[in-house]
Amino acid sequence: MSFTVQHLNAWYGRKQALYDVNLSFGSQSVTAMIGPSGCGKSTFVRCLNRMHEEIPDARVTGKVLVDDVDIYAQSIKPRHVRQHVGMVFQQPNVLPTRSIFDNVAMGPRINGHAHRSDLRELVERSLRQAALWEEVKEQLHAPATQLSGGQQQRLCIARTLANQPQIILMDEPCSALDPISTLQIEELIDELKQIYTIVIVTHNMSQAGRVADRTVFFLLGRVIEEAETSKLFSHPQKKETEDYVSGRFG
Amino acid sequence: MSTTVSERKNSASNPFKPPPSAREIQRQFNNGCLIVLATLFALLAVGVLIFLLLYVILNGIRYLNLDFFTRLPTPNGEPGGGMGPAIQGTLILVGLASLIGIPLGLFTAIYLSEFGRGRLANAVRSLVDLLTGVPTIIFGLFAWVIIVVPQETFSGFSGGVALGIIMIPIVARTTEDVLRLVPREQREASLSLGATEARTTFRVVIPAALSGIVTGIVLAMARVAGETAPLLMTAFGTTFRNTSIFEPMDALTLRVYNFTLSPYQTQVNQAYTGALVLILLILIASFTVRWFTGGFKRKF
Repeated sequence: MSFTVQHLNAWYGRKQALYDVNLSFGSQSVTAMIGPSGCGKSTFVRCLNRMHEEIPDARVTGKVLVDDVDIYAQSIKPRHVRQHVGMVFQQPNVLPTRSIFDNVAMGPRINGHAHRSDLRELVERSLRQAALWEEVKEQLHAPATQLSGGQQQRLCIARTLANQPQIILMDEPCSALDPISTLQIEELIDELKQIYTIVIVTHNMSQAGRVADRTVFFLLGRVIEEAETSKLFSHPQKKETEDYVSGRFG
Repeated sequence: MSTTVSERKNSASNPFKPPPSAREIQRQFNNGCLIVLATLFALLAVGVLIFLLLYVILNGIRYLNLDFFTRLPTPNGEPGGGMGPAIQGTLILVGLASLIGIPLGLFTAIYLSEFGRGRLANAVRSLVDLLTGVPTIIFGLFAWVIIVVPQETFSGFSGGVALGIIMIPIVARTTEDVLRLVPREQREASLSLGATEARTTFRVVIPAALSGIVTGIVLAMARVAGETAPLLMTAFGTTFRNTSIFEPMDALTLRVYNFTLSPYQTQVNQAYTGALVLILLILIASFTVRWFTGGFKRKF
Protein backbone atom coordinates (compact mmCIF):
# COMPACT_ATOMS: atom_id res chain seq x y z
CA MET A 1 0.00 0.00 0.00
CA SER A 2 1.44 3.34 -0.97
CA PHE A 3 0.84 6.47 1.02
CA THR A 4 2.23 9.77 -0.26
CA VAL A 5 1.68 13.48 0.26
CA GLN A 6 2.23 15.94 -2.58
CA HIS A 7 2.46 19.70 -2.31
CA LEU A 8 0.27 19.92 0.76
CA ASN A 9 -0.55 23.41 2.03
CA ALA A 10 -2.94 24.17 4.87
CA TRP A 11 -4.48 27.32 6.30
CA TYR A 12 -6.41 28.39 9.36
CA GLY A 13 -8.42 31.24 7.84
CA ARG A 14 -5.79 33.55 6.41
CA LYS A 15 -2.90 32.13 8.41
CA GLN A 16 -0.91 29.49 6.55
CA ALA A 17 0.16 26.60 8.74
CA LEU A 18 1.76 24.16 6.24
CA TYR A 19 3.99 25.03 3.30
CA ASP A 20 4.45 22.63 0.39
CA VAL A 21 4.83 19.38 2.30
CA ASN A 22 5.97 16.39 0.24
CA LEU A 23 6.37 13.07 2.02
CA SER A 24 6.12 9.38 1.42
CA PHE A 25 5.28 6.78 4.06
CA GLY A 26 6.32 3.14 3.97
CA SER A 27 3.62 0.59 4.65
CA GLN A 28 3.69 -1.46 7.85
CA SER A 29 6.06 0.97 9.50
CA VAL A 30 6.02 3.75 12.05
CA THR A 31 6.87 7.31 11.03
CA ALA A 32 7.25 9.95 13.73
CA MET A 33 6.63 13.67 13.30
CA ILE A 34 8.76 15.75 15.62
CA GLY A 35 9.25 19.47 16.03
CA PRO A 36 8.68 22.32 18.47
CA SER A 37 5.19 23.46 19.52
CA GLY A 38 3.24 25.14 16.79
CA CYS A 39 5.39 23.75 13.97
CA GLY A 40 2.43 22.21 12.18
CA LYS A 41 2.91 18.52 12.89
CA SER A 42 -0.57 18.07 14.39
CA THR A 43 -2.09 20.11 11.59
CA PHE A 44 -0.31 17.92 9.07
CA VAL A 45 -1.53 14.69 10.58
CA ARG A 46 -5.09 16.03 10.69
CA CYS A 47 -4.86 16.69 6.97
CA LEU A 48 -4.20 13.02 6.42
CA ASN A 49 -7.69 11.99 7.47
CA ARG A 50 -9.44 15.18 6.43
CA MET A 51 -10.14 16.26 10.00
CA HIS A 52 -8.44 19.62 9.46
CA GLU A 53 -11.34 20.84 7.38
CA GLU A 54 -13.77 20.34 10.26
CA ILE A 55 -12.39 23.52 11.78
CA PRO A 56 -14.31 26.59 10.57
CA ASP A 57 -12.40 28.54 7.88
CA ALA A 58 -9.74 25.85 7.56
CA ARG A 59 -8.44 25.06 4.08
CA VAL A 60 -6.18 22.49 2.42
CA THR A 61 -4.61 22.31 -1.04
CA GLY A 62 -2.49 19.56 -2.50
CA LYS A 63 -2.83 15.81 -2.73
CA VAL A 64 -2.75 12.94 -0.30
CA LEU A 65 -2.57 9.66 -2.17
CA VAL A 66 -3.52 6.35 -0.63
CA ASP A 67 -2.81 3.60 -3.18
CA ASP A 68 -2.72 6.31 -5.84
CA VAL A 69 -6.18 7.62 -4.94
CA ASP A 70 -6.25 11.27 -3.91
CA ILE A 71 -8.38 11.51 -0.77
CA TYR A 72 -8.99 15.17 -1.52
CA ALA A 73 -10.61 14.45 -4.87
CA GLN A 74 -13.95 16.18 -5.41
CA SER A 75 -15.84 12.92 -5.61
CA ILE A 76 -14.64 11.61 -2.28
CA LYS A 77 -16.42 12.32 0.99
CA PRO A 78 -14.35 12.91 4.12
CA ARG A 79 -16.21 10.32 6.15
CA HIS A 80 -15.28 7.59 3.69
CA VAL A 81 -11.66 8.57 4.02
CA ARG A 82 -11.87 8.33 7.79
CA GLN A 83 -13.05 4.75 7.64
CA HIS A 84 -9.67 3.85 6.18
CA VAL A 85 -7.47 6.32 8.01
CA GLY A 86 -8.09 6.11 11.73
CA MET A 87 -7.02 8.53 14.42
CA VAL A 88 -6.07 8.36 18.09
CA PHE A 89 -6.13 11.70 19.88
CA GLN A 90 -4.01 13.26 22.57
CA GLN A 91 -6.67 13.15 25.27
CA PRO A 92 -8.44 9.80 25.49
CA ASN A 93 -11.91 10.62 24.20
CA VAL A 94 -14.00 7.61 25.07
CA LEU A 95 -17.68 8.34 24.81
CA PRO A 96 -18.92 8.60 28.39
CA THR A 97 -22.50 7.67 27.64
CA ARG A 98 -21.48 4.29 26.29
CA SER A 99 -20.11 1.04 27.66
CA ILE A 100 -16.68 -0.36 26.82
CA PHE A 101 -18.22 -2.73 24.30
CA ASP A 102 -20.29 -0.01 22.65
CA ASN A 103 -17.30 2.29 22.36
CA VAL A 104 -15.32 -0.29 20.46
CA ALA A 105 -18.35 -1.29 18.40
CA MET A 106 -19.02 2.30 17.32
CA GLY A 107 -16.93 2.18 14.16
CA PRO A 108 -18.43 -1.05 12.76
CA ARG A 109 -21.93 0.14 13.63
CA ILE A 110 -21.41 3.43 11.85
CA ASN A 111 -20.02 1.76 8.76
CA GLY A 112 -22.54 -1.03 8.57
CA HIS A 113 -20.37 -3.95 9.58
CA ALA A 114 -22.36 -4.74 12.67
CA HIS A 115 -23.73 -8.24 12.30
CA ARG A 116 -24.41 -9.83 15.67
CA SER A 117 -21.79 -12.50 16.25
CA ASP A 118 -19.25 -10.99 13.91
CA LEU A 119 -19.44 -7.84 15.98
CA ARG A 120 -18.65 -9.60 19.22
CA GLU A 121 -15.69 -11.30 17.59
CA LEU A 122 -14.50 -8.04 16.10
CA VAL A 123 -14.71 -6.25 19.44
CA GLU A 124 -12.78 -9.02 21.16
CA ARG A 125 -10.15 -9.06 18.44
CA SER A 126 -9.71 -5.29 18.59
CA LEU A 127 -9.45 -5.31 22.36
CA ARG A 128 -6.84 -8.08 22.19
CA GLN A 129 -4.86 -6.16 19.61
CA ALA A 130 -4.96 -3.15 21.88
CA ALA A 131 -3.72 -5.25 24.80
CA LEU A 132 -6.85 -4.46 26.80
CA TRP A 133 -8.95 -7.62 26.50
CA GLU A 134 -7.69 -9.37 29.65
CA GLU A 135 -8.38 -6.31 31.76
CA VAL A 136 -11.92 -5.65 30.60
CA LYS A 137 -13.35 -8.97 29.44
CA GLU A 138 -15.38 -9.34 32.63
CA GLN A 139 -16.90 -5.87 32.42
CA LEU A 140 -17.60 -5.20 28.77
CA HIS A 141 -20.85 -3.48 29.58
CA ALA A 142 -19.49 -1.18 32.25
CA PRO A 143 -19.26 2.51 31.38
CA ALA A 144 -16.04 3.37 29.60
CA THR A 145 -15.33 6.14 32.08
CA GLN A 146 -14.56 3.60 34.80
CA LEU A 147 -11.22 2.83 33.16
CA SER A 148 -7.96 4.54 34.03
CA GLY A 149 -6.34 7.03 31.67
CA GLY A 150 -4.00 4.50 30.12
CA GLN A 151 -6.81 1.97 29.72
CA GLN A 152 -9.04 4.60 28.13
CA GLN A 153 -6.38 5.43 25.59
CA ARG A 154 -5.98 1.74 24.76
CA LEU A 155 -9.76 1.63 24.43
CA CYS A 156 -9.55 4.48 21.93
CA ILE A 157 -6.92 2.49 20.04
CA ALA A 158 -9.17 -0.59 20.10
CA ARG A 159 -12.02 1.57 18.82
CA THR A 160 -9.88 2.78 15.94
CA LEU A 161 -8.74 -0.77 15.16
CA ALA A 162 -12.30 -2.08 15.12
CA ASN A 163 -12.94 0.08 12.09
CA GLN A 164 -10.26 -1.93 10.29
CA PRO A 165 -8.34 0.99 8.81
CA GLN A 166 -5.21 0.70 6.73
CA ILE A 167 -3.48 3.66 8.29
CA ILE A 168 -3.50 4.78 11.91
CA LEU A 169 -2.69 8.36 12.86
CA MET A 170 -1.71 9.12 16.44
CA ASP A 171 -1.56 12.69 17.68
CA GLU A 172 0.65 12.66 20.78
CA PRO A 173 -1.16 9.60 22.15
CA CYS A 174 0.91 9.35 25.33
CA SER A 175 1.32 12.94 26.41
CA ALA A 176 -1.60 12.74 28.84
CA LEU A 177 -0.47 9.41 30.32
CA ASP A 178 1.83 8.18 33.06
CA PRO A 179 5.15 6.50 32.15
CA ILE A 180 3.89 2.95 32.67
CA SER A 181 0.89 3.44 30.38
CA THR A 182 3.19 5.18 27.91
CA LEU A 183 5.44 2.13 27.84
CA GLN A 184 2.46 -0.19 27.32
CA ILE A 185 1.27 1.86 24.39
CA GLU A 186 4.73 2.04 22.84
CA GLU A 187 4.92 -1.75 23.01
CA LEU A 188 1.52 -1.86 21.42
CA ILE A 189 2.67 0.35 18.56
CA ASP A 190 5.57 -2.00 18.00
CA GLU A 191 3.14 -4.89 17.51
CA LEU A 192 0.61 -2.94 15.47
CA LYS A 193 3.17 -1.85 12.90
CA GLN A 194 3.34 -5.42 11.63
CA ILE A 195 -0.15 -4.87 10.23
CA TYR A 196 -0.82 -1.14 9.95
CA THR A 197 0.97 1.93 8.67
CA ILE A 198 1.35 4.26 11.61
CA VAL A 199 2.07 7.99 11.68
CA ILE A 200 2.70 9.32 15.15
CA VAL A 201 3.13 12.91 16.28
CA THR A 202 5.28 13.31 19.34
CA HIS A 203 6.92 16.15 21.18
CA ASN A 204 9.08 13.60 23.00
CA MET A 205 12.19 12.93 20.96
CA SER A 206 13.15 9.85 22.92
CA GLN A 207 9.77 8.36 22.15
CA ALA A 208 10.46 8.90 18.46
CA GLY A 209 13.75 7.15 18.98
CA ARG A 210 12.02 4.20 20.66
CA VAL A 211 9.11 3.54 18.33
CA ALA A 212 9.73 5.05 14.91
CA ASP A 213 11.40 3.55 11.85
CA ARG A 214 11.59 6.94 10.13
CA THR A 215 11.31 10.43 11.59
CA VAL A 216 10.28 13.73 10.01
CA PHE A 217 11.38 17.05 11.51
CA PHE A 218 8.92 19.94 11.13
CA LEU A 219 9.66 23.58 11.74
CA LEU A 220 7.35 26.56 11.12
CA GLY A 221 5.07 24.58 8.84
CA ARG A 222 7.79 23.09 6.65
CA VAL A 223 9.50 19.72 6.50
CA ILE A 224 13.13 20.39 7.26
CA GLU A 225 14.44 16.87 7.18
CA GLU A 226 13.21 13.30 6.85
CA ALA A 227 15.31 10.20 7.44
CA GLU A 228 15.68 6.86 9.15
CA THR A 229 15.28 7.60 12.83
CA SER A 230 18.74 6.68 14.05
CA LYS A 231 20.36 8.64 11.21
CA LEU A 232 18.22 11.73 11.90
CA PHE A 233 19.30 11.80 15.51
CA SER A 234 22.93 10.87 15.11
CA HIS A 235 23.82 12.52 11.80
CA PRO A 236 21.29 15.26 11.05
CA GLN A 237 21.95 16.93 7.70
CA LYS A 238 20.43 20.33 8.41
CA LYS A 239 21.53 22.76 11.07
CA GLU A 240 17.98 23.35 12.35
CA THR A 241 17.53 19.62 12.85
CA GLU A 242 20.79 19.37 14.71
CA ASP A 243 19.87 22.32 16.91
CA TYR A 244 16.51 20.78 17.77
CA VAL A 245 17.64 17.23 18.46
CA SER A 246 20.51 18.42 20.58
CA GLY A 247 18.15 20.51 22.63
CA ARG A 248 19.42 23.95 21.68
CA PHE A 249 15.84 25.00 21.24
CA GLY A 250 12.54 23.29 21.82
CA MET B 1 2.78 58.82 56.65
CA SER B 2 6.52 58.40 56.28
CA THR B 3 8.61 57.77 59.29
CA THR B 4 12.09 56.40 59.59
CA VAL B 5 12.57 52.86 60.77
CA SER B 6 14.03 54.00 64.08
CA GLU B 7 11.12 56.34 64.64
CA ARG B 8 8.71 53.57 64.04
CA LYS B 9 10.64 51.27 66.32
CA ASN B 10 10.63 53.90 69.00
CA SER B 11 6.91 54.43 68.92
CA ALA B 12 6.55 50.65 69.41
CA SER B 13 3.94 50.54 66.66
CA ASN B 14 3.11 47.36 64.79
CA PRO B 15 3.35 47.73 60.95
CA PHE B 16 0.34 45.50 60.63
CA LYS B 17 -1.76 47.66 62.90
CA PRO B 18 -1.56 51.24 61.65
CA PRO B 19 -2.64 53.84 64.19
CA PRO B 20 -6.22 54.99 63.57
CA SER B 21 -6.16 58.01 61.29
CA ALA B 22 -9.25 59.76 60.05
CA ARG B 23 -8.81 58.11 56.69
CA GLU B 24 -8.49 54.68 58.17
CA ILE B 25 -11.68 55.12 60.17
CA GLN B 26 -13.52 56.37 57.08
CA ARG B 27 -12.35 53.34 55.13
CA GLN B 28 -13.49 50.90 57.77
CA PHE B 29 -16.85 52.64 58.00
CA ASN B 30 -17.37 52.49 54.21
CA ASN B 31 -16.44 48.84 54.15
CA GLY B 32 -18.84 48.07 56.93
CA CYS B 33 -21.60 50.00 55.20
CA LEU B 34 -21.20 47.95 52.05
CA ILE B 35 -21.39 44.66 53.90
CA VAL B 36 -24.41 45.76 55.94
CA LEU B 37 -26.29 47.17 52.94
CA ALA B 38 -25.62 44.16 50.76
CA THR B 39 -26.81 41.79 53.46
CA LEU B 40 -29.84 43.94 54.22
CA PHE B 41 -30.98 44.12 50.60
CA ALA B 42 -30.45 40.42 50.10
CA LEU B 43 -32.60 39.70 53.13
CA LEU B 44 -35.19 42.17 51.90
CA ALA B 45 -35.42 40.48 48.51
CA VAL B 46 -35.70 37.04 50.03
CA GLY B 47 -38.08 38.38 52.63
CA VAL B 48 -40.47 39.67 49.99
CA LEU B 49 -40.42 36.30 48.32
CA ILE B 50 -41.03 34.46 51.56
CA PHE B 51 -43.80 36.84 52.54
CA LEU B 52 -45.50 36.29 49.20
CA LEU B 53 -45.22 32.53 49.45
CA LEU B 54 -46.45 32.42 53.02
CA TYR B 55 -49.37 34.71 52.21
CA VAL B 56 -50.50 32.53 49.34
CA ILE B 57 -49.91 29.29 51.23
CA LEU B 58 -51.74 30.37 54.34
CA ASN B 59 -54.70 31.75 52.46
CA GLY B 60 -54.84 29.02 49.91
CA ILE B 61 -54.25 25.88 51.89
CA ARG B 62 -57.56 26.11 53.70
CA TYR B 63 -59.53 25.27 50.58
CA LEU B 64 -57.13 22.78 49.07
CA ASN B 65 -58.90 19.45 48.79
CA LEU B 66 -59.63 16.76 46.25
CA ASP B 67 -62.72 18.63 45.06
CA PHE B 68 -60.47 21.45 44.00
CA PHE B 69 -58.80 19.27 41.43
CA THR B 70 -61.93 17.63 40.10
CA ARG B 71 -64.95 19.88 40.31
CA LEU B 72 -66.14 22.77 38.20
CA PRO B 73 -66.33 26.23 39.67
CA THR B 74 -69.68 26.89 41.30
CA PRO B 75 -71.80 29.69 39.92
CA ASN B 76 -71.94 33.08 41.54
CA GLY B 77 -70.08 32.52 44.69
CA GLU B 78 -71.79 29.46 46.04
CA PRO B 79 -69.45 27.57 48.31
CA GLY B 80 -67.69 24.42 47.18
CA GLY B 81 -66.60 23.50 43.69
CA GLY B 82 -63.09 23.69 42.38
CA MET B 83 -60.85 24.45 39.46
CA GLY B 84 -60.77 21.03 37.83
CA PRO B 85 -61.22 22.27 34.26
CA ALA B 86 -58.68 25.04 34.87
CA ILE B 87 -56.01 22.61 35.97
CA GLN B 88 -56.85 20.23 33.16
CA GLY B 89 -56.74 23.14 30.73
CA THR B 90 -53.31 24.25 31.87
CA LEU B 91 -51.99 20.73 31.38
CA ILE B 92 -53.53 20.49 27.91
CA LEU B 93 -52.22 23.92 26.92
CA VAL B 94 -48.70 23.11 28.10
CA GLY B 95 -48.90 19.83 26.21
CA LEU B 96 -49.93 21.60 23.00
CA ALA B 97 -47.25 24.22 23.50
CA SER B 98 -44.63 21.52 23.93
CA LEU B 99 -45.55 19.97 20.59
CA ILE B 100 -44.49 23.22 18.95
CA GLY B 101 -41.87 24.52 21.36
CA ILE B 102 -39.76 21.41 21.86
CA PRO B 103 -39.05 20.35 18.26
CA LEU B 104 -38.59 23.86 16.93
CA GLY B 105 -36.49 24.95 19.91
CA LEU B 106 -34.37 21.80 19.80
CA PHE B 107 -33.60 21.98 16.09
CA THR B 108 -32.87 25.68 16.27
CA ALA B 109 -30.36 24.90 19.02
CA ILE B 110 -28.82 22.10 16.94
CA TYR B 111 -28.48 24.47 13.98
CA LEU B 112 -26.85 27.19 16.09
CA SER B 113 -24.52 24.86 17.92
CA GLU B 114 -23.51 22.27 15.31
CA PHE B 115 -23.92 23.67 11.81
CA GLY B 116 -24.53 27.38 11.82
CA ARG B 117 -21.67 29.48 10.53
CA GLY B 118 -21.21 33.12 9.73
CA ARG B 119 -23.73 35.86 9.39
CA LEU B 120 -26.88 33.80 9.08
CA ALA B 121 -26.19 31.94 12.32
CA ASN B 122 -25.37 35.18 14.13
CA ALA B 123 -28.58 36.75 12.89
CA VAL B 124 -30.61 33.74 14.00
CA ARG B 125 -29.00 33.78 17.41
CA SER B 126 -29.64 37.49 17.87
CA LEU B 127 -33.27 37.10 16.87
CA VAL B 128 -33.74 34.19 19.25
CA ASP B 129 -32.28 36.28 22.06
CA LEU B 130 -34.59 39.11 21.12
CA LEU B 131 -37.60 36.83 21.22
CA THR B 132 -36.91 35.79 24.80
CA GLY B 133 -37.39 39.41 25.79
CA VAL B 134 -40.60 40.13 23.92
CA PRO B 135 -43.59 40.69 26.25
CA THR B 136 -45.66 37.56 26.02
CA ILE B 137 -48.91 39.40 25.41
CA ILE B 138 -47.62 40.10 21.92
CA PHE B 139 -47.49 36.39 21.17
CA GLY B 140 -51.09 36.28 22.32
CA LEU B 141 -51.92 39.06 19.88
CA PHE B 142 -50.17 37.14 17.13
CA ALA B 143 -52.20 34.02 17.81
CA TRP B 144 -55.33 36.20 18.02
CA VAL B 145 -54.72 37.60 14.57
CA ILE B 146 -53.83 34.41 12.79
CA ILE B 147 -56.08 31.89 14.52
CA VAL B 148 -58.80 33.39 16.67
CA VAL B 149 -60.06 35.98 14.21
CA PRO B 150 -60.24 33.70 11.13
CA GLN B 151 -61.83 30.90 13.16
CA GLU B 152 -64.16 33.36 14.85
CA THR B 153 -63.77 31.62 18.18
CA PHE B 154 -61.48 31.57 21.15
CA SER B 155 -59.81 28.21 21.45
CA GLY B 156 -57.40 26.17 23.47
CA PHE B 157 -55.61 25.53 20.17
CA SER B 158 -54.75 29.20 19.70
CA GLY B 159 -53.63 29.38 23.33
CA GLY B 160 -51.38 26.36 22.82
CA VAL B 161 -49.88 27.92 19.72
CA ALA B 162 -49.19 31.20 21.54
CA LEU B 163 -47.51 29.37 24.42
CA GLY B 164 -45.61 27.17 21.99
CA ILE B 165 -44.10 30.18 20.25
CA ILE B 166 -43.09 31.56 23.63
CA MET B 167 -41.37 28.26 24.41
CA ILE B 168 -39.25 28.14 21.25
CA PRO B 169 -36.57 30.72 22.15
CA ILE B 170 -36.37 29.52 25.77
CA VAL B 171 -35.75 25.91 24.75
CA ALA B 172 -33.42 27.01 21.95
CA ARG B 173 -31.16 29.06 24.19
CA THR B 174 -30.87 26.61 27.07
CA THR B 175 -30.35 23.69 24.70
CA GLU B 176 -27.74 25.54 22.66
CA ASP B 177 -25.80 26.43 25.81
CA VAL B 178 -25.79 22.83 26.95
CA LEU B 179 -24.83 21.45 23.52
CA ARG B 180 -21.89 23.81 23.35
CA LEU B 181 -20.63 22.45 26.65
CA VAL B 182 -20.09 19.00 25.16
CA PRO B 183 -16.34 18.85 24.51
CA ARG B 184 -15.18 19.05 20.91
CA GLU B 185 -13.14 15.87 21.46
CA GLN B 186 -16.27 13.75 21.61
CA ARG B 187 -17.51 15.04 18.27
CA GLU B 188 -14.05 14.41 16.84
CA ALA B 189 -14.07 10.85 18.15
CA SER B 190 -17.30 10.19 16.27
CA LEU B 191 -16.29 12.01 13.08
CA SER B 192 -12.87 10.36 12.95
CA LEU B 193 -14.58 6.95 12.81
CA GLY B 194 -16.45 8.02 9.70
CA ALA B 195 -19.78 9.16 11.16
CA THR B 196 -21.87 11.82 9.46
CA GLU B 197 -22.61 15.10 11.26
CA ALA B 198 -26.19 13.99 11.81
CA ARG B 199 -25.15 10.77 13.47
CA THR B 200 -22.60 12.59 15.57
CA THR B 201 -25.22 15.09 16.70
CA PHE B 202 -27.92 12.58 17.55
CA ARG B 203 -25.87 9.65 18.84
CA VAL B 204 -23.05 11.49 20.61
CA VAL B 205 -23.68 15.15 21.33
CA ILE B 206 -27.32 15.03 22.37
CA PRO B 207 -26.98 11.98 24.63
CA ALA B 208 -24.08 13.67 26.38
CA ALA B 209 -26.11 16.83 26.93
CA LEU B 210 -29.40 15.08 27.59
CA SER B 211 -29.89 15.91 31.26
CA GLY B 212 -29.28 19.59 30.56
CA ILE B 213 -31.68 19.52 27.63
CA VAL B 214 -34.41 17.89 29.70
CA THR B 215 -33.89 20.42 32.48
CA GLY B 216 -34.26 23.25 30.00
CA ILE B 217 -37.43 21.78 28.52
CA VAL B 218 -39.12 21.12 31.86
CA LEU B 219 -38.31 24.61 33.10
CA ALA B 220 -39.64 26.10 29.86
CA MET B 221 -42.85 24.12 30.34
CA ALA B 222 -43.18 25.37 33.91
CA ARG B 223 -42.61 28.90 32.68
CA VAL B 224 -45.38 28.81 30.07
CA ALA B 225 -47.71 27.12 32.55
CA GLY B 226 -47.61 30.36 34.47
CA GLU B 227 -48.42 32.67 31.56
CA THR B 228 -51.65 34.64 31.72
CA ALA B 229 -51.59 37.53 29.23
CA PRO B 230 -51.26 35.50 26.02
CA LEU B 231 -54.20 33.36 27.08
CA LEU B 232 -56.54 36.30 27.64
CA MET B 233 -57.28 36.66 23.96
CA THR B 234 -56.70 33.12 22.81
CA ALA B 235 -57.93 30.46 25.20
CA PHE B 236 -60.02 33.06 26.96
CA GLY B 237 -61.22 30.77 29.72
CA THR B 238 -64.51 29.15 30.57
CA THR B 239 -66.33 27.95 33.64
CA PHE B 240 -67.61 24.88 31.92
CA ARG B 241 -65.92 21.57 31.19
CA ASN B 242 -63.29 21.71 28.43
CA THR B 243 -64.73 19.73 25.56
CA SER B 244 -62.59 20.52 22.57
CA ILE B 245 -59.39 22.38 21.95
CA PHE B 246 -61.17 24.33 19.25
CA GLU B 247 -63.38 25.99 21.81
CA PRO B 248 -62.55 28.36 24.65
CA MET B 249 -60.47 26.60 27.24
CA ASP B 250 -59.84 27.37 30.87
CA ALA B 251 -56.43 27.61 32.47
CA LEU B 252 -55.28 27.93 36.04
CA THR B 253 -53.78 31.36 35.51
CA LEU B 254 -56.94 32.64 33.82
CA ARG B 255 -59.15 31.34 36.59
CA VAL B 256 -56.96 32.87 39.28
CA TYR B 257 -57.02 36.20 37.46
CA ASN B 258 -60.76 36.04 37.04
CA PHE B 259 -61.56 35.03 40.60
CA THR B 260 -59.18 37.51 42.22
CA LEU B 261 -61.22 40.32 40.73
CA SER B 262 -64.48 38.70 41.76
CA PRO B 263 -66.84 40.36 44.22
CA TYR B 264 -67.56 37.02 45.82
CA GLN B 265 -65.32 36.09 48.73
CA THR B 266 -65.65 32.37 48.04
CA GLN B 267 -64.20 32.93 44.58
CA VAL B 268 -61.39 35.04 45.98
CA ASN B 269 -60.56 32.20 48.36
CA GLN B 270 -60.47 29.81 45.45
CA ALA B 271 -58.12 32.21 43.67
CA TYR B 272 -55.62 31.88 46.50
CA THR B 273 -55.83 28.13 46.30
CA GLY B 274 -55.33 28.31 42.55
CA ALA B 275 -52.25 30.45 43.04
CA LEU B 276 -50.98 27.93 45.55
CA VAL B 277 -51.47 25.04 43.14
CA LEU B 278 -49.64 27.01 40.45
CA ILE B 279 -46.68 27.61 42.73
CA LEU B 280 -46.67 23.97 43.81
CA LEU B 281 -46.69 22.86 40.18
CA ILE B 282 -43.62 24.89 39.42
CA LEU B 283 -41.81 23.83 42.58
CA ILE B 284 -42.52 20.17 41.84
CA ALA B 285 -41.23 20.59 38.29
CA SER B 286 -38.02 22.24 39.49
CA PHE B 287 -37.34 19.71 42.20
CA THR B 288 -38.13 16.71 40.02
CA VAL B 289 -35.72 17.97 37.42
CA ARG B 290 -33.04 18.58 40.04
CA TRP B 291 -33.54 15.15 41.55
CA PHE B 292 -33.42 13.27 38.24
CA THR B 293 -30.36 15.03 37.00
CA GLY B 294 -28.55 15.12 40.32
CA GLY B 295 -28.36 18.88 40.09
CA PHE B 296 -27.15 18.71 36.50
CA LYS B 297 -24.37 16.28 37.15
CA ARG B 298 -22.35 16.49 33.98
CA LYS B 299 -21.57 13.24 32.26
CA PHE B 300 -18.20 14.41 31.02
